[in-house]
Amino acid sequence: MMTRRLTAVGLPAALFVVLALVPLYAGVFDDRFVLLFATRILIFAIVAVSLDFILGYGEMVSFGHAAYIGLGAYAVGILAEHDVWAAWISFPLAMAVCALFALVTGAISLRTRGVYFIMITLAFGQMAYYTTTSLSAYGGDDGLTMWGRSELFGTGLFNGDTSFYYIVFGVLLASYLILKVMTRSRFGRVLEGAKQNEARMEAIGIDPYRYRLTAFVLAGTIAGLAGALMANQAEFVSPAYMSWHRSGELIVMVILGGMGHLHGAILGAIAYMVLEETLSGYTEHWRLIFGPLLILIVLYGKGGLLGAIRGR
Amino acid sequence: MKRILTALAATAFAGCAALSAGAVPSKAETLKIGLLATLSGPPAVLGQHMRDGFLLGVKEADGRLGGLETEVIVVDDELKPDAAITKVQGLLERDKVDMMAGVVFSNVMMAVYRPIIESETIFIGANSGPSPIAGRGCSPYFFSTSWQNDQNHEVMGRYASDQNYGNVIVMAPNYQAGKDAIAGFKRHFRGNVVDEIYTKLGQLDFSAEIARIADEQPDAVFTFMPGGMGVNLVKQYSQAGLNGLIPFLSAFTVDETTLPATRDMAVGLYGGAQWAANLDNEANNKFVRDFENEYGYAPSLYAAQGYDAARLIHEAVKLNNGISDKQGLLATLNAAPFESVRGDFRFNSNQFPIQDFYLVQAVQRSKDVYITEAVEKVFDDVGDSYAGSCRM
Amino acid sequence: MSTTLLAVQTLNGLQLGILLFLIAAGLTLVFGVMDFINLAHGVQYMLGAYLAVAGYQLTGSFWLALIIGLALALFCGLVLEFLVFRRLYDRDHLDQVLATFGVILFLNEAVKVIWGAAPLSLPAPNLLDGAIPLVNNLQYPVYRLALIVSGLGVAALLYVLVTRTRVGMLVRAGATNPDMVAALGVNIRRLFMIVFGFGTMLAGFAGIMAAPILSVEPGMGDNLLILAFVVIVVGGIGSIRGAFLAALIIGLVDTLGRSFATDIAKLALPPAAANDVGPALASMLIYILMAAVLFFRPSGLFPVRSA
Repeated sequence: MMTRRLTAVGLPAALFVVLALVPLYAGVFDDRFVLLFATRILIFAIVAVSLDFILGYGEMVSFGHAAYIGLGAYAVGILAEHDVWAAWISFPLAMAVCALFALVTGAISLRTRGVYFIMITLAFGQMAYYTTTSLSAYGGDDGLTMWGRSELFGTGLFNGDTSFYYIVFGVLLASYLILKVMTRSRFGRVLEGAKQNEARMEAIGIDPYRYRLTAFVLAGTIAGLAGALMANQAEFVSPAYMSWHRSGELIVMVILGGMGHLHGAILGAIAYMVLEETLSGYTEHWRLIFGPLLILIVLYGKGGLLGAIRGR
Repeated sequence: MKRILTALAATAFAGCAALSAGAVPSKAETLKIGLLATLSGPPAVLGQHMRDGFLLGVKEADGRLGGLETEVIVVDDELKPDAAITKVQGLLERDKVDMMAGVVFSNVMMAVYRPIIESETIFIGANSGPSPIAGRGCSPYFFSTSWQNDQNHEVMGRYASDQNYGNVIVMAPNYQAGKDAIAGFKRHFRGNVVDEIYTKLGQLDFSAEIARIADEQPDAVFTFMPGGMGVNLVKQYSQAGLNGLIPFLSAFTVDETTLPATRDMAVGLYGGAQWAANLDNEANNKFVRDFENEYGYAPSLYAAQGYDAARLIHEAVKLNNGISDKQGLLATLNAAPFESVRGDFRFNSNQFPIQDFYLVQAVQRSKDVYITEAVEKVFDDVGDSYAGSCRM
Repeated sequence: MSTTLLAVQTLNGLQLGILLFLIAAGLTLVFGVMDFINLAHGVQYMLGAYLAVAGYQLTGSFWLALIIGLALALFCGLVLEFLVFRRLYDRDHLDQVLATFGVILFLNEAVKVIWGAAPLSLPAPNLLDGAIPLVNNLQYPVYRLALIVSGLGVAALLYVLVTRTRVGMLVRAGATNPDMVAALGVNIRRLFMIVFGFGTMLAGFAGIMAAPILSVEPGMGDNLLILAFVVIVVGGIGSIRGAFLAALIIGLVDTLGRSFATDIAKLALPPAAANDVGPALASMLIYILMAAVLFFRPSGLFPVRSA
């Protein structure tokens, strides 16, 4: 019991400490790429954490989660195209757009369950994707180049590699903590309770639908924030951000890390992207290794990487 | 618990270390080139042709472009623009490449162009040439050994005018390159575009569009359907019996990357291109022969562009005695001091080629080999229409 | 738009629907009976096409290639079942998703390593190579008629198998209440292997039949997999009848949407805007349809299980 407690607190704490030290490593070894790559990983980790919140706790397997990355990124990119660079305008707007999209699509999608839910979220994701490919005023499928980064009250914090890394790190930490607190609260218990026994929840006068929808909107909003960061990281926005392949990868990241713990999603995002990067450095046919690796993890490591670390 | 912490920290740092392996500063006598190409998914064949062409160019220089020991790092962009940016950052920051080359698709090009150019790394584009890069966003660090995206379509527009086709239906996938294609076609077409059909990206079944074409009975059809879409369309167009009836004009649709799949069904169909295997010059004859010996398949224009990119680097670096004098090298590259496999080649003010364009036609060369052959020169020594807005 | 064109497009829509049904049938069967999400169904479709091409290159005959392709596709499917899938049947859906995703990555790459990245061709058999004149100068390829016939054949075969045979009875029972079937002493493992093998053959058959009209290339199954999922979800998971009807509806909606969306948009919008809106709308039409169906019927048109 005691050790379990420790792992539950210690592992995420250790994870964040290590992540906080990445710029130090990059500075000492003069390795800018590690910093840039880690920034990108953390952005995906934010999205993965938000997905784990609804997937791991609420059993809502969203197959359209990448749409929020794209919507958040387009909100920032389109504003930049019209010369609005202030992050205090574009970031809240990105989140608001995503919250609205999540509210509307979630309200419809949550009428369904299981695979039907997977597919209806895919449908909405695809609608968002095809809408942006036909936005010819903003580059359509070729995407939209941002000729700079968002501005935070004239501080230029988005432009420095290290300061931008810590912004992303801060967003990840804040998202993690907020969602963690929520899962521990009555809200989280209702969400998990509804997963196990919906009828009982309704019997004691709780309508799980509202809780699910709230969680869905929250997850979408956080993913949208990550999208706004992604637009700044890449200084480029494209419909490819929201293709269904990307949504699939996000699900894989969450399951790979071990779902239902939030920090498992972070671990999964890191593992997925580092593995992909290192393997593809060795051979063009890295998928011949990566594919079976995923299968082995499922077959022999129940509970993803987190399960493997705990040794159950 | 402590064990877990240590293990976690160790793996994290091992991961970092693995990522930064190879971060040795490049020495003056070596040449490190990052080649970015799409090598996964259905369009992988385009990237494969380009890469093989480039590597053949390196091989023929005995692995020493311009006399420098050359290392080519081939990177797959997976057709994901954002992932491509990170990969390019890896090439620039970690591998410290001296030059970049390649890029098949425009969305990837638009994503990686700025980081490469802003790092003042010489960048030889071997395929995609979107208009912003040819025009306002041109750069002294970027050279193209291919074309501006509109040009091969302009060839077909001019050809359709020359044939006095009055009514033409144009068809392209509903994405930016498709819209550019149709704009390019219209630029030199004097007849009447009776219908513009925009299809789904990655569309499988074209029977609805083919029925519409048959119903409207135009004098010709112009289409841009790259990759598998083109294969599907060509097969179905031929099966619907339209091959002899309504002339099929295309760009990037009927070439050596799709002919292995369309074979007889594509024979006789027209395309517009700056290169074909039968262009008779010494460099090209050698290229086609060597390429087929080396890889066992017929090269396409993508392969020719990759090969030319390597040849351009080779000759320019040799003339410049290395790469340490970057400004000198830029000037040397600009003079295009190499024999292009397409014959006439020099750089325009935006460092895109001034070259000839041909009407090409698919033919069967031997039992299992289908290629495109130039049948008529449509444009002589032309540049693109965006060079005027390029200020360097 | 003339009425003949409308008629022709309707025929085209039905034919696309049949093609979709061929791919979706195996998926919905495996999913319905075994409650197993097989993302690898798309790569099995691809494998069928590639194996048939290999068979054709060897023998030069479409019919022999069909037999070879089917046999090898079945063999590969059973090998996969033995190595991977049978360990996943009692896992939850997400484990199945992750593992079968791994299979997709592996097989897509393996196909590229073995056969190269360039698209390949499988010519239609001479017997079915001609075309029937329809209207104007439009001809309808005989092969497409063969495709329709074989799709209807598969549908009929499945109908008979499921409603008239003992295995079919078990399949139906398994789809409704798997625990009960197991409790009655039926060898579920063997039933699952038969069903899975049959599903694999259906995927392979769809791949072979599609090869003469579509490009045979690495990753050719990925987008079709999504379409197949749309079909079985609209139809109601596990329902063959639902998959058949949903496939026809989706084929029709997609084809008619592509044909007429831009024209309809032009009635309300200026031409340039219509050229933006029409095709985009046509592309997402099937997704709008799916969302609408699930809005009104959250378990598809013909729900089998009330899960």
